[in-house]
Amino acid sequence: MKQVIEGNQAVAIGAKLCRPKVIASYPITPSTHIPELISEFVANGELDAEFINVESEHSAISACLGAQATGVRTFTATGSQGLALMHEILYVAAGMRLPIVISVANRSLSAPLNIWGDNCDTMAERDSGWLQFHSERNQDALDLVIQAYKIAENKEVLLPAMVTIDAYSLTHTYEIVDVPSQEEVDAFLPGYKPLHACLDPENPITQGACAMPEDYMEFKYAQQKAMQTAEKVVDDVFEEFENKFGRKYRKIEPYRTDDAEIILLTMGSMTGTAREAVDKLRERGTKVGLAKITVFRPFPKKELITVTKGANLLAVIDRNISLGLGGATFADVSSAYINAADRPLILNTILGLGGRDPTVENFCEIVDRSKEVMKTGKVERPVEWINVRKEDVT
Amino acid sequence: MIEVRFHGRGGQGAVTAARLLAVAAFKEGKYVQSFPMFGIERRGAPVMAFLRMDDKQIRIRSQVYEPDAIVVLDDKLIKAVNVCEGLKSGGMGVINTKRKPSEIGFKDIKMATVDATSIAVKHGLGSKAAPIVNTAILGAYARAAEEFGVGKIGIDSIVKAIMESVPSKPNENADVAKEAYEKSIFA
Repeated sequence: MKQVIEGNQAVAIGAKLCRPKVIASYPITPSTHIPELISEFVANGELDAEFINVESEHSAISACLGAQATGVRTFTATGSQGLALMHEILYVAAGMRLPIVISVANRSLSAPLNIWGDNCDTMAERDSGWLQFHSERNQDALDLVIQAYKIAENKEVLLPAMVTIDAYSLTHTYEIVDVPSQEEVDAFLPGYKPLHACLDPENPITQGACAMPEDYMEFKYAQQKAMQTAEKVVDDVFEEFENKFGRKYRKIEPYRTDDAEIILLTMGSMTGTAREAVDKLRERGTKVGLAKITVFRPFPKKELITVTKGANLLAVIDRNISLGLGGATFADVSSAYINAADRPLILNTILGLGGRDPTVENFCEIVDRSKEVMKTGKVERPVEWINVRKEDVT
Repeated sequence: MIEVRFHGRGGQGAVTAARLLAVAAFKEGKYVQSFPMFGIERRGAPVMAFLRMDDKQIRIRSQVYEPDAIVVLDDKLIKAVNVCEGLKSGGMGVINTKRKPSEIGFKDIKMATVDATSIAVKHGLGSKAAPIVNTAILGAYARAAEEFGVGKIGIDSIVKAIMESVPSKPNENADVAKEAYEKSIFA
């Protein structure tokens, strides 16, 4: 049924439809509405689950980890400092191969204190062994939570997953979301059956034990292998979802890229605004297209190279900064092309940190700069910050 | 696409007004998007909220810089904030005030005013010091939109949205919207 709801509601409803048994939460702006709503679902009987109020995000993810290790589906929501505080346990969850799903409201990291949107928080966790799914709109947030469980719990994957929504531009934005019925979701995502990690007094097992140097690397190699397997599983689950729900997801989603000379590479809620810019520039005769990253881990190298085939320039747009290098996506994208025979020029733009509003004009400016670079064929400044008062920084 | 910007003070219900109008437009078959200004809300501080509505899916997510209409929940804000900033030519303004449109002093704007505060207080919505004027101003919006042909949303859809989505005193809020619809003044 179509409803007008905010991104936080879309996540909460999506999570509820997946019937998690334990939700542990320490609310943080701007994702606070998610645990608020889920606690209501639990209180009014809509969701049969244990809701645990904990004293920190470190405890929230630890409680999810502990519960998941007994063999039940779990969920929590966080963002920014909260995700940073979870950092230690994120690695533990991934290493223990517990398919926990969490949502992250992408918000900047302190200091200075700032509650607004960028995705430095999730980028800082890109090496943690979690699958990462990014939402452009509220519908994606709901759909990706459901699909994330299915992918994470696949016996060939068994990795935790995070689904992101950008602070305010999704978390607090009301728009139309088609909410599937419980029956539809149940048919797509059956109840969780733990395959390896559960509490069974008849068959006691040790979880999260120590691994000596002679074994540790094999565990890491197994995680890497699972990430690689996930590439295929993501495709399969996306396809099954499309068949059942009629909405198509792709790891990299192209928009007007067929004859594009310049392709903007975007992620999250800025994509919609970038689409407007692409249409505007197309009207003026600029051959520009867009590719949106929906799945950031495992990083879709192959799909990226396919989408950008024939393009002269790839403009990677990061709403984050890996200080001392450039955008986090830019680094990953560059590595994807390192052995490719044919590759576009690659430019990186940093914008929208700490909630600075990405506008249509920003994307047009990126295309203007791309055109200049294409004229000479030389990239002298690979990383550029835009809509920033450089003159104020002395 | 029609873009509306709401100006209010924290606690007056500007964000809810934008959401209710989005729900009303959705009921009329429109695509909608509403969101608060990405700020820290404090009671009494100037706040903004935005609404977009269109016949096709809305993709843009930047803030609204050139609205087709502005809705002002507190006329004292006019001194503190440039509420008309970026308003498109031929745009519309709906203001909660005891004054007539001609007394506000805005030029080249289609204006409607309504004493939303008195109407809200009469029906017991908030107190005289802190009236909840958002549903009243929506009634005035419906009337002004009809009068000026900008961003039309029917009063019936607004009343339905209020009845469904307002958690307390839905009947009083609906009555307030209807009364404000009747008592709006134009210039």
